[in-house]
Amino acid sequence: MNGWEAVIGLEIHAELKTASKMFCSCDASFGGEPNTKVCPVCLGLPGVLPVLNEKAVELALRLALALNCRILPRALFHRKNYFYPDMPKNYQISQYDQPLGVEGFLEVETEEGTFRVGIHRVHMEEDTGKTIHKSESGRIHGSEYSLEDFNRAGVPLLEIVTEPDIRTPEQAKAFLQELKSIMEHLEVSDCRMEEGSLRCDANVSVRPAGSDSMGVKTEIKNMNSFRALQRALEYEIERQVRLLESGGEVVQETRHWDADANMTTPLRTKEYAYDYRYFQEPDLVPLELDRVFMERVRASLPELPSQRRRRFREEYGLPAHDARVLTSSKAMGDFFEEVVRLGAPPKAASNWMMGELSAYLNAQDLELGQLAIGPSHLAELISLIEKGTISGKIAKDIFQEMVDKGEMPSAIVEKRGLTQISDQAELEGIVREVLEANPGPVEDYRRGKTQAIGFLVGQVMKQTRGRANPGLVNELLRKMLDA
Amino acid sequence: MEPLYLSEAWRIRELLLRREVTPREVLEAVRERAQAVEPLVNAYITETWELAEEAAEEAERALARGEDPGPAAGIPMAVKDILCTRGVRTTCASRILENYVPVYDSTVIERLKAAGLTMVGKANMDEFAMGSSTENSHFGPTRNPWDLDRVPGGSSGGSAAAVAAGEALWALGSDTGGSIRQPASFCGLVGMKPTYGRVSRYGLVAFASSLDQVGPITRCVRDCALLLRLICGHDPRDSTSLPEEVPDFPALLEGEVRGMRAGVPVELMGEGIDPGVRRVVEGSLRLLEDLGMSVEELSLPHLEYALDAYYIIAPAEASSNLARYDGVRYGLRVEGEDVLDMYSRTRAVGFGDEVKRRIMLGTYALSAGYYEAYYAQAQKVRTLIIGDFRRAFERCDVLVSPTSPTVAFRLGERLEDPLAMYMSDICTIPVNLAGLPAISIPCGLDQGLPVGFQVIGKLLDEATVLKVAYALEQALDFRERPGLARG
Repeated sequence: MNGWEAVIGLEIHAELKTASKMFCSCDASFGGEPNTKVCPVCLGLPGVLPVLNEKAVELALRLALALNCRILPRALFHRKNYFYPDMPKNYQISQYDQPLGVEGFLEVETEEGTFRVGIHRVHMEEDTGKTIHKSESGRIHGSEYSLEDFNRAGVPLLEIVTEPDIRTPEQAKAFLQELKSIMEHLEVSDCRMEEGSLRCDANVSVRPAGSDSMGVKTEIKNMNSFRALQRALEYEIERQVRLLESGGEVVQETRHWDADANMTTPLRTKEYAYDYRYFQEPDLVPLELDRVFMERVRASLPELPSQRRRRFREEYGLPAHDARVLTSSKAMGDFFEEVVRLGAPPKAASNWMMGELSAYLNAQDLELGQLAIGPSHLAELISLIEKGTISGKIAKDIFQEMVDKGEMPSAIVEKRGLTQISDQAELEGIVREVLEANPGPVEDYRRGKTQAIGFLVGQVMKQTRGRANPGLVNELLRKMLDA
Repeated sequence: MEPLYLSEAWRIRELLLRREVTPREVLEAVRERAQAVEPLVNAYITETWELAEEAAEEAERALARGEDPGPAAGIPMAVKDILCTRGVRTTCASRILENYVPVYDSTVIERLKAAGLTMVGKANMDEFAMGSSTENSHFGPTRNPWDLDRVPGGSSGGSAAAVAAGEALWALGSDTGGSIRQPASFCGLVGMKPTYGRVSRYGLVAFASSLDQVGPITRCVRDCALLLRLICGHDPRDSTSLPEEVPDFPALLEGEVRGMRAGVPVELMGEGIDPGVRRVVEGSLRLLEDLGMSVEELSLPHLEYALDAYYIIAPAEASSNLARYDGVRYGLRVEGEDVLDMYSRTRAVGFGDEVKRRIMLGTYALSAGYYEAYYAQAQKVRTLIIGDFRRAFERCDVLVSPTSPTVAFRLGERLEDPLAMYMSDICTIPVNLAGLPAISIPCGLDQGLPVGFQVIGKLLDEATVLKVAYALEQALDFRERPGLARG
């Protein structure tokens, strides 16, 4: 990689969170029995006409504004013509040369500093249906027949195209995370990559570092997670560099990321380039957003992640790193704020969320929303520590049981008798027993090897199954040993 | 007295309301007539007498209760087979939709049902409305009741022939480049294309979306005004439908035309217009002057390019609109090796020659590298034509011309020469490009065949078009009837 620089642009598709589809009143929610969320319009039956969903426009506008785009006063819809069995009309209503928003940008904050990515355009289009191939592999080759599910056909999509301003796979990942967080905060999209409501393709090329020229690019598809995006780009950049360094040439093509094989492979493509024969959709009128509508949407924009990040630092006194992690998704930030609202000190809440909670989510591959617990569980756990009812060590055990079973920490403490022992008389008895049973370490301590006290604390904790208040144990031990 | 099946619709309505005839008697008269002449004419793809009977019975019950069954009740209507009718197959005269039964009613049909629609059949047409003779039908050509060796015009030829032959009292057609007005002209009827956006296109199977409009084909201007009033109006399901109020057209028919100005575009009266047709039309121009209107020639220079622009724009839109007939979800499917092969076979077998020709034309015009030279250029021409009309209407209240450069031609005469066929719409096409309302009324005979007179109005000014047409119709007193004989 030395001496080379990558040039990356992303193309992101996000399903808009509308109740109904883009051009008809069918339910736009994910899933359902195949072909139950359909009507003549989204099935493309003869004679039907599209009617634009106002909510979809509003959501699209929200994102375009949040990405600092220039909003075109007269946006147009075009037909993108190509044949595909899951596309009911064999054209997709999309936007072409006059999209909703252009010339925006997004600033992304990372540990290494802030970088800026230009937003080429934000446009609206309709989603296609889904083809299910009946074969061993689930792919079209060798399949006996294919089935079509049109539930998704006509669901509104946003397409966001960046300028080729991204230089590293890490930046690409950070950008997509920030964009996802923005869309969540704006309540524009659910951004579920696994359900396909957030999809990302990348254009990538390499060039000698410091050069202004553009290398030949490839387009990478099928990156279904942030990790996949980063790994696919790492692979592809290395592949291109190796090709060029060995005197080869990069071929302009579309490549498929194979996460299992950890490599990109060329997609089987036809000899010819697609010609989508775009022309203005005659069934829709130009979208002329009036100032009142635009200002209303602008005024209703909720807090963006960058604003929230600043507020977390200022209002809760969190370090920059904490603020960044906690605002990386809307759910995370909401959870944190609720824990704090229920009385937890912000830094303690942040530590638990970035530590135990995140580790658990990663290990179980879960989203916050899928947890058995809510903010009140964590808030109570922290409050039990704060009040001295349990020790920090016990709290970690309780946390495990709490997330596994969804029980309130106080219930677990009670059930298992885990209350911290802070009663001086009770502890004194135990300390005395430990001292009597361990004459060696006691001797060591008195001879000046003061670190021997650690062993003795451990023995008290063992006796109390961790319930002893560690501060008090230390205090009592010193008092008795030094007496 | 004329037989019921040749009566004007508004007269039938009066008879029904006065209980001098019953809906069933009217329907029976038309059905008997159809049984006799349909084998000669072939106006229908699908006949729906049973549905019509139910509608007639319902109308009869309403009348018996002393209620008005609705302005369309008990008046047998032919509906072009391009309008979706729930539960009644809608073929567009194409093999690809030969057995296609819609699950919903077009807005126009919905409105007419609320007004008591008595539909007797789905009328023949050129496949997907592409043609000017109704010869491009998978279900065989329709013949002109004035001369069975001649075409009824097209693409709404079945609708026009049905009304002319007495197989229906009025009809619905659709007009993309003249498909209502030209067959009305060839069959001695009144046909009107409303302002683009006046009538909902929801459920009208799309040919060229920016040009298509539904409209009436009737025996007189009053019927036209009545039917127009029933089908116009804003429809939230059609984004291009206009929100404007719909005037009470029938009530506005009898206004004064004295002092109004008619313009005659020289481009629509010169070369290419049959001398016989021109002679008959000139007679009507004189009648307009007799009625106190001023008639002046004027030039709309860009009309010269209208046909060229139309044959880029309409096929371009059609190539996209017809892409959905692929054998995947409905309609004909011819199995193939793989999905691409299935598409090709289905479309090769399912579409006729003219449809394929236009899909190819349109696909070419939209292709990368050609788009600017063809489609974009055609759109510019369209803008210029709109400008020409706007300027002309600064000086005129209406523009007038022949509807078609010739009277009905013979079957087969132009089938092998698409360009000659396309020429048949030179007077009507510019009107679609500009989105204006226009009517054709019969103004005389040439070689024993009807000649159509076209009145074009300003945007949304159907009322003036109807008023001038009505005044001329009264002055002309055209009473010829088709003979249903071979010429």
